[in-house]
Amino acid sequence: MADDQKPKKWGIVIDLDRCTGCQACVTACAMENNIPTAGEDEVGYGRGLHWIRIQRYWHGEYPEITPDFTPVMCQQCGHAPCEAVCPVFASLHSEAEQINLQVYNRCIGTRYCANNCPYFSRVFNWFDYQIPSPMNSYLNPDVTVRSRGVMEKCTFCIQRINRAENQAATEGRSLRDGEVIPACAQACPSDAIIFGDLSDPHSMVSQFARQKRGYQWLAELGTESKVVYLKRGGEYGG
Amino acid sequence: MAAEAQSIYEAQQALLDEEDPRQHLMFDPLPRHEMNSMVMEAMTTTTPRYWRVVIILGILVAVLLFGAWGNMILTGMGLAGIRRPVFWGIFIVTFVFWIGISHAGTFVSAILRVFKAEFRRPFTRAAELMTTFGLASGALYPLIHLGRVWVFYWMIPYPNERSLWPNFHSPLLWDFLAITTYLLSSTIYLYLPLVPDLAMARDRTTGIRHFAYRILALGWRGTEAEWTRVRVAIRIFAFAIIPVMFSVHTIVSWDFAVSQVGGWHSTIFGPYFIVGAILSGVSAVITILFILRSTLKNMDYFLRPEHFDALGKLLLVFSLAWAYFFFNEYLLHWYGGYDVVRKLLTHHATGPAAWVWYTMLICNFAIPCLTLWNRRIRRTPWAMFIITLLINIGMFAERYTIIPLTLGYQRSPFDWGEYTPRLTEVSIVLGTFCLFIFLYLIASRLIPLVPVWEVQEGQEAHKLRKVGKTEVPSVAELE
Repeated sequence: MADDQKPKKWGIVIDLDRCTGCQACVTACAMENNIPTAGEDEVGYGRGLHWIRIQRYWHGEYPEITPDFTPVMCQQCGHAPCEAVCPVFASLHSEAEQINLQVYNRCIGTRYCANNCPYFSRVFNWFDYQIPSPMNSYLNPDVTVRSRGVMEKCTFCIQRINRAENQAATEGRSLRDGEVIPACAQACPSDAIIFGDLSDPHSMVSQFARQKRGYQWLAELGTESKVVYLKRGGEYGG
Repeated sequence: MAAEAQSIYEAQQALLDEEDPRQHLMFDPLPRHEMNSMVMEAMTTTTPRYWRVVIILGILVAVLLFGAWGNMILTGMGLAGIRRPVFWGIFIVTFVFWIGISHAGTFVSAILRVFKAEFRRPFTRAAELMTTFGLASGALYPLIHLGRVWVFYWMIPYPNERSLWPNFHSPLLWDFLAITTYLLSSTIYLYLPLVPDLAMARDRTTGIRHFAYRILALGWRGTEAEWTRVRVAIRIFAFAIIPVMFSVHTIVSWDFAVSQVGGWHSTIFGPYFIVGAILSGVSAVITILFILRSTLKNMDYFLRPEHFDALGKLLLVFSLAWAYFFFNEYLLHWYGGYDVVRKLLTHHATGPAAWVWYTMLICNFAIPCLTLWNRRIRRTPWAMFIITLLINIGMFAERYTIIPLTLGYQRSPFDWGEYTPRLTEVSIVLGTFCLFIFLYLIASRLIPLVPVWEVQEGQEAHKLRKVGKTEVPSVAELE
């Protein structure tokens, strides 16, 4: 059991060579986490509530252009800029999972955390969003439905982590690598997103993270982010 | 030859005429009772036009500010134009603007008092009132911009059964504490020198007004002991409030400077914001002095071109200091070479909202530098009115550049975004301007706007003495 007491360091590796920009992760995340649909106009204006987004850049000169996709979610920084600035501790660090929590009930909506997030991975509930029928019957009972005026962001599907940990505890064993899969990783058709425990050197995610192609976005800011990107142009060609 | 000498003589004579000491309020004394009745007359005269303006402003405050705000509370922050990545918009711009305006009262009243600048005497009260009402308008914004304003009290450190405290690491909390401290201390600082004037008003009114002034004057009789105590109290407060004033805008600047946002993360922001605040605050004092002078009775005796002249010189100094900080920022970032900030600063000057940036530069630097060196312009109240209005427009543009235009162009170009204020935001911003004017208008008829005793004290110290055939201005040391 001593092994279980050690806090895990959940992390994600995203292989940019494998990402096709299909947005399946965005959809899966919205379904898993009860993310409301803001509507075409609002999303166009920059008020979508997606917890994960695909950044798309173009390389080269028209017509010889290639797209460049980077899925970005909350990087669950070890030293998070969002946490220090919240006046009411709505954004705070979880010791058990080593991720940044957002306590919706405590949030008063200063939006300071969102300004201070260098990854722009926080979204705000600008209105009370009605989820149209029959979609409102699909809501995930494990995830809180957020009200107007609070921030929200990717949680690394903490409800799935908790469920798997409870399951493992019931069976009296420790978690196996690959037992927890967040919605985005599960939906990714090309397996570009790998989730696991970074503190375990044998886990798949650690092995990938140690690759030469691995980098953390904006590492120079000292955020100690837990999302490792594998640079494009590696062993799969690019 | 003779003609030339004649013209030089005439020019000298003209200069001497302008230098006539009796142009100065301090050398143009009136008996105390006359000044008292002048101030009382200004305070008690209300024309139908005044009431019309007050009622219209009251309606505007109710509709533009509280109506729009209430609607936004019921519907959601989405009524404002803010969006990812610009999470702070014109609300925070106006917040910083009002807090900046509120600096002038203390600056004029406390710093000029400590340094014994005599020209401050007739308008310390007008400036202090501006501080209080500017803070009152500005302090609304930390509430207005909250997503869930109905739980704002979670920011207050109060004992509760869950032992939940606010996060003392957060600059927003520092802000909250600094602004409350400043509001409290500046209100006391407004009240202390007001006591003798309230007693003056008490002795010249009847009925309900008399009753109110009797309570507010705290039984002031004007004995020597009372004067000594009020002078000592004012002196202590004048020294004590100066660091509070400097801390407030430094802390407001820390909202930005301690974050990691490119263009905000700057060690120079504290003094930069203070210089900007004093520039916009002193400008606002001049704007208000002009309005007081042209709308209140008997004010042209107390507020003279010399005051506009002296404040104009201050403005010029602060405009140059502001420009120093502004260019310093560019120089450092050019030298430092951090790509994010360099691109950002280029974007300010060349992006789609570059006109804001140019407005800032023209109004804050070019216009004061081109006009305020000229004594004749400084001494023309209406010209100063226009110049100071423009400076405040420039300072608003400066805050606009620093907040939404900086947030919109951060490290990942995919997330760059434009921001346009929407109707609700504009309405609330206009609403607080109306609130400020409304409060000031009401206060101008409730409390004596000129500290008569301070003016008289100065006039006692300044005397024209006859030396031989000429009169020489002389000043006695008061303390």
